[in-house]
Amino acid sequence: MDLAFTKEEQAFRDEVRQFFRDNVPPDTRRKLVEGRHLSKDEMVTWWRILNKKGWGVSHWPKEYGGTGWTSVQHYIFNEELQSYPAPQPLAFGVSMVGPVIYTFGNEEQKKKYLPRIANVDDWWCQGFSEPGSGSDLASLKTKAERKGDKWIINGQKTWTTLAQHADMIFCLCRTDNNAKKQMGISFIVFSMKSKGVTVRPIQTIDGGREVNEVFFDDVEVPIENLIGEENKGWDYAKFLLGNERTGIARVGVSKERIRRIKDLASKVESAGKPIIQDPAFREKLAACEIELKALELTQLRVVADEGKHGKGKPNPASSVLKIKGSEIQQTTTELLMEVIGPFAAPYDVHGDDGSNEAMDWTAQIAPSYFNNRKVSIYGGSNEIQRNIIAKAVLGL
Amino acid sequence: MDFDLNEEQRLLKESIDGLLTDSYDFEQRKKYMAEKGGWSKTVWLKLAEQGLLGLPFSEADGGFGGGGVETMIVMEALGKALVLEPYLATVVIGGGFLRHAGTEAQKAAHVPGIIDGSKTLAFAQLEKNSRYDLFDVTTTAKKKGDAYVIDGEKFVVLNGENADTLIVTARTKGDRRDKSGIGVFLVPANAKGVARKSYPTQDGQHAADITFTGVEVGPDAVLGNPEDSLALIERVVDEARIALCAEAVGLMDESLKTTVEYIKTRKQFGVAIGSFQSLQHRASDMFVATEQARSMSMFATMAGDFEDARERSSAIAAAKVQIGKSLKFVGQQSIQLHGGIGMTMEAKIGHYFKRLTMIENTFGDTDYHQRRVADAGGLI
Repeated sequence: MDLAFTKEEQAFRDEVRQFFRDNVPPDTRRKLVEGRHLSKDEMVTWWRILNKKGWGVSHWPKEYGGTGWTSVQHYIFNEELQSYPAPQPLAFGVSMVGPVIYTFGNEEQKKKYLPRIANVDDWWCQGFSEPGSGSDLASLKTKAERKGDKWIINGQKTWTTLAQHADMIFCLCRTDNNAKKQMGISFIVFSMKSKGVTVRPIQTIDGGREVNEVFFDDVEVPIENLIGEENKGWDYAKFLLGNERTGIARVGVSKERIRRIKDLASKVESAGKPIIQDPAFREKLAACEIELKALELTQLRVVADEGKHGKGKPNPASSVLKIKGSEIQQTTTELLMEVIGPFAAPYDVHGDDGSNEAMDWTAQIAPSYFNNRKVSIYGGSNEIQRNIIAKAVLGL
Repeated sequence: MDFDLNEEQRLLKESIDGLLTDSYDFEQRKKYMAEKGGWSKTVWLKLAEQGLLGLPFSEADGGFGGGGVETMIVMEALGKALVLEPYLATVVIGGGFLRHAGTEAQKAAHVPGIIDGSKTLAFAQLEKNSRYDLFDVTTTAKKKGDAYVIDGEKFVVLNGENADTLIVTARTKGDRRDKSGIGVFLVPANAKGVARKSYPTQDGQHAADITFTGVEVGPDAVLGNPEDSLALIERVVDEARIALCAEAVGLMDESLKTTVEYIKTRKQFGVAIGSFQSLQHRASDMFVATEQARSMSMFATMAGDFEDARERSSAIAAAKVQIGKSLKFVGQQSIQLHGGIGMTMEAKIGHYFKRLTMIENTFGDTDYHQRRVADAGGLI
């Protein structure tokens, strides 16, 4: 047992950190620190910088543009990226559809899609959830019918993150109504510019537009856009969701937020002195830091285990990551709310466009708190995670 | 970075797990508890035979040169089996003082007896009003020529009833809460002026309140600097905290396992109660709490070797906080999921709960350590 990183790993951390310092546009970083949304341009600009460096799709196999890093290097890269902070690669392309395509797609699909994913020439979105299919995803109804050399797609997806920016969607569609619900689903990709695709924004409680409803009305999709085998889509979806086990803890994000809490808490006064000096507040903050330390160690256990024994059999501790990671992210946004107290109230409708952001540095704190309620809901709600632990780990 | 045990450590784990599986089930434990002093000399000698009592001592001192990880392995196993024998008091704490501050003569006088199982030790530190502050000492050690005369009262001294030698913190200078002026002394338990009042503790172990009245000890009794040993005390108590974290992880592992087995077999409404989602989610949360505790126990174990005392203390304090929170949840919910049977002395789960609860209140509880972490400016 040894906690220390090797000299090489430390040098790697320095290299990554230096690269971020030199290359992340300062305004992009500042907006992330303040919890603001980034424009499509800001994100794509950064991702292309990352891709030019060869780090855009770092965890992909080398032949498709990956880095060949060890699992510890990936961990370091992610932590530095999250805590700098810089925008994380677009998960829908890089972590989700990309691995499905290079694992289950044919040569033509790999050649066609992978380089464009890496360079974000296509912005991808995820067509999974439906109004009637949330946690029970396999009950989805969006239908793809084969007609000559085309799929005809009808139905509705929801919670489609940043679909307003998207060029492409990967979509779970029902292709066999008679099979058991998991067995009749196919994984089909198509252009969001296709005729019959309608995107309608959903405004979330933070006032932002992150998610959308997407409607398909007789959308025609070439037959070759099926990934892998027909009716095997559920397997690919499970593969995709299980692919990013360790990133989900978002330890770096919470670390960065704790630094921000400390920074603000040493400026904002309570009872005539900085609130950081208030014992009750300090202990609450310490409690959060301790939880985060434990989570970081749990994550390192999983990472070290993957590095040594491969990703085949997940370490049971990996189930902890989503639950604890989301709870801690939520706690950090709560603590920020506590720091700014009554100044949480002003509503900064234009904050994302930068039209009045200089006026009010606290304006994004309440929206960020509201927005972060999502993290215990998405990616398999924390209740679903508990079901998984009960069944897969405890055998209940 | 590596969290796996090496080959030797794996063998150590197998050997102690094997020994305790054979000789420490719940029924056997009851018998040991009924023996004189409240634990089994036979088991103690078996631990000695396997070299476990000499584990942390250097080879030059007749030990095996084991480090923090080895102690963690042993303490986890002792926790899992709910062992009563005084490993913490004798090997971890007593041995710790001798390893860190003992002179060659002191080590020669005490270490062989620890290693062969013939002698046990106890740490007489807690005072009536000191609570968790190690520097809050009113017991005095007054110089008398070459010798020291010790006067004062110590409470809840674990293994105080059976120990051959007491390790006593006493003030040679200054006022009650001064951080300097504290010494550590090796006092024979049968020395003139030592009076012990023994009792069982809530978790089935034994402790004593000990009064020192004009107890005279020679210069060979002084461990370290008699006027400035707080750093030594903190170091050894930090090691005890690390050991308690590991013991608690063993206890939580077994509590969770026992509870999950129980809800798989206990039937109500015609089905196993473990098929109910509210119970499944509770058990999942117990698993999460146990894993977070395990992570921090490992962290504390590795922090034991940190050179920077401040960094070391913060890390260990943080671990004790996580363990305190986890053990409370796992302990309480183990009883809850067992239902009525969990309330009985007959079922083993309640005994695990009681030991876990006592660990929370030993060498600083959750609030105490959380404050320490906060005062140090946090971890990030």
